[in-house]
Amino acid sequence: MSASTAAPPADASTERRSWLSGPAGRNVGLVVALALICVAGVVTGGERFADIDNVVTILRAAAVTGVVAIGMTFVIISGGIDLSVGSVLGLTGVWATTVATQTMAEDVHWLVMVFTALVVGVGAGLVNGVIIAYGRVVSFIATLAMLASARGLAEMISNRQTQRVEVAGFTDFFDLDPLGVPMLIWIFALVAVAGWFLLNRTTFGRRTVAVGGNAEAARLAGIKVKRHTLYIYGLSGLAAGIGGVMMLGRTTAGTSTNGVLLELDVIAAVVVGGTLLAGGRGTIVGTVFGVLIFNTLTNIFVINNMSTSAQGVAKGVIIVAAVLLQQRFANRSRPT
Amino acid sequence: MEGIVKHFPGAKALDGVDLEVLPGEVHCLLGQNGAGKSTLIKVLSGAHQPTAGRIVVDDAEVTIGHPVAALAHGVATMYQELDVVDGLTVAENIYLGHELATGGFTQRREVARRTREILRRLGHPEISPHREVGQLPAAGKQIVSMARALSHDARVIVMDEPSAVLDSGEVENLFRVVRELTAQGVAIVYISHRMEEIRAIGDRITVLKDGRTVGRNLPASTPTRELITLMTGRSVEYAFPARPGVPDDAPVVLDVQGLTLPGAFEDVSLQVRAGEVVGLAGLVGSGRSEILETIFGARKQSAGTVSVSGRRLRAGSVPAAVAAGVGLAPEERKSQGLVLDEAVYRNITLSTFARTAKGGWLDERAERRAARAQAEALDLRPPDVERAIRTLSGGNQQKAVLARWLVHGCDVLLLDEPTRGVDVGARSELYGLVRTLADNGTAVLVVSSEIPEVLGLADRVHVVSDGRVVHQAPAQEIDEHRVLDLVMEGSAA
Repeated sequence: MSASTAAPPADASTERRSWLSGPAGRNVGLVVALALICVAGVVTGGERFADIDNVVTILRAAAVTGVVAIGMTFVIISGGIDLSVGSVLGLTGVWATTVATQTMAEDVHWLVMVFTALVVGVGAGLVNGVIIAYGRVVSFIATLAMLASARGLAEMISNRQTQRVEVAGFTDFFDLDPLGVPMLIWIFALVAVAGWFLLNRTTFGRRTVAVGGNAEAARLAGIKVKRHTLYIYGLSGLAAGIGGVMMLGRTTAGTSTNGVLLELDVIAAVVVGGTLLAGGRGTIVGTVFGVLIFNTLTNIFVINNMSTSAQGVAKGVIIVAAVLLQQRFANRSRPT
Repeated sequence: MEGIVKHFPGAKALDGVDLEVLPGEVHCLLGQNGAGKSTLIKVLSGAHQPTAGRIVVDDAEVTIGHPVAALAHGVATMYQELDVVDGLTVAENIYLGHELATGGFTQRREVARRTREILRRLGHPEISPHREVGQLPAAGKQIVSMARALSHDARVIVMDEPSAVLDSGEVENLFRVVRELTAQGVAIVYISHRMEEIRAIGDRITVLKDGRTVGRNLPASTPTRELITLMTGRSVEYAFPARPGVPDDAPVVLDVQGLTLPGAFEDVSLQVRAGEVVGLAGLVGSGRSEILETIFGARKQSAGTVSVSGRRLRAGSVPAAVAAGVGLAPEERKSQGLVLDEAVYRNITLSTFARTAKGGWLDERAERRAARAQAEALDLRPPDVERAIRTLSGGNQQKAVLARWLVHGCDVLLLDEPTRGVDVGARSELYGLVRTLADNGTAVLVVSSEIPEVLGLADRVHVVSDGRVVHQAPAQEIDEHRVLDLVMEGSAA
């Protein structure tokens, strides 16, 4: 049919996308950014930075943020935001340690603790999801409310006391280091790989992208948008729960202040990783890079004994620079 | 008066376009989607810069570097997508960007007075300048958009498909305003897909194809066929496919009984048999789209039932309708039908990817195969299913929406304004497609604002007026005038 024979010239020019603007290209940009930061690390820190133990330190420090950020990636791709992850992480931790230290005292198996944390995380996530999907409250507000109340609940449960984890098995498990790699890093890697498959190879991931790209079109194609939204926040809660367990493993103490302001690091990592805040587009690989970029930077500052205030400034600059670059690529790849 | 001449040869989208607009004329701009009309307008209004070529106003060459410069030269534009700010009032919208102010304080009273004057001129004194624009219906927003163009004392007003969201009464009003403006020497550049509008108010026609001017300053009386030939590059029958007729014993597939949605429509009953195309004719706002959406479960009726092949559907559930084999091509293709940034094949399999998946794991190979098969069957151009669907033309996007339901396998297809934003050439193709689907046993229910389209495409027509079905008849036994009469009677009652 002649109507469509000639590809419209307007489209033809814009469709010749710069390869840099594709998903692969964005990740190349992140690799370059991380490489540059590493170069800076070697230059300023020398041996102390370019040391295998230091690399392990960076990855260990990145693990908790990383796991929570994988969950957040799904939320943001679906067009939402979850501000409550830091508080929920704190809540899962103290809930788990409370179960371990008070309720059943010494008899408790350490997996019960882990299970408790995950259930609490999923539960908090589902509460967010119900309020957002069925109560039609915007995610920003609903999860802001959860941020406040989960933190408050954590303080009530723990009485603002630090609860040490003295369950045998648990600390043993987190002291394991198969192939010389600490358990925390294994968990981060496992969650990242699982997240990648979930996003790219399953109906869950496809629905997430569709809901974020155009919720109304997804609904009219027969996708149960509300139910899926509920699941996504449940998933984010689960990630926060895993993060809570990892935090216990790392610090061997549950306190209601675990994860304060974690949500900001997590969101920053996801956004720097190339996930659009508007939804519909994002990658797990990008998020992993986003987390690594921030943690490597923090490490360099620590090695050089620089103040945390300077770190804050550097983080801010990176966020703005990353988003500016993304916009540039996005504009180039989009027809007017 | 001096003649206004504009030349725009551009780089990519425009490849040597000439447009000459005289004072006091209605100059129609014709062309298929992607021919360069929108780009040309953007150059004119200062949103884009031409890479070559000249723009001449009153014998003086000018540069239109940004939208404000365009307004300074007396060129105002009404865009196709309504460009109003919902949260502001009517008056604030009209004076957006050129607020009347002294020392930073807006002159509210003066603005309101002028706004009232402009609205009176447009025949809409009932719209209050203090009304929030978000509360106005689409037609009202169009009026505000037009009022804004008028507020600039423009000498050239560009109207990009102004009638797309208007019903016939509103279009008449628009024409009256256009005539008034031209009588005052204002030139109008009018873009529309509707031939009858061009006949009604056009003076001269410029035809674009592939970013070039292929027809220059043609008289408005140029035969339609000749214009289509220019637009498409070859002669096209703007014709509807033959109706083979539906046998009396064809089973009823879609059965709607007493469907009611308060505020939209009441007690609607209709039946569509296998192989039949039923059309709903009526004005914008008569409840047509709501009827389709309610049948599809996207809205929940307060009374009445929808049955497919004898089985009653759960009210207000899209998944239930989809599972029963009902598909909807929605009215707003871009905002309701497509995930624009996603690949064509993923849009085509949006309703079926979960079915082809195995235990939650996607089978993208099967998806691509199904999408390619439909792309080929529907002659999707370009046939590449990997590209983002936003790069396709309107007609091809619509084909992708149809392909989605073909992959799904539908017994009932609901089409809401299937040819909106689709150029004339691609329309005949879509009509043929719909008929082929019906011939293969699908029950089709189609809604369109264009009465000839309903009459030409459907076997039977239901006339909807003010939320009620006021008449039904075989399409051959009713004509456009009768439909209009019924519509008017219905809304008067």
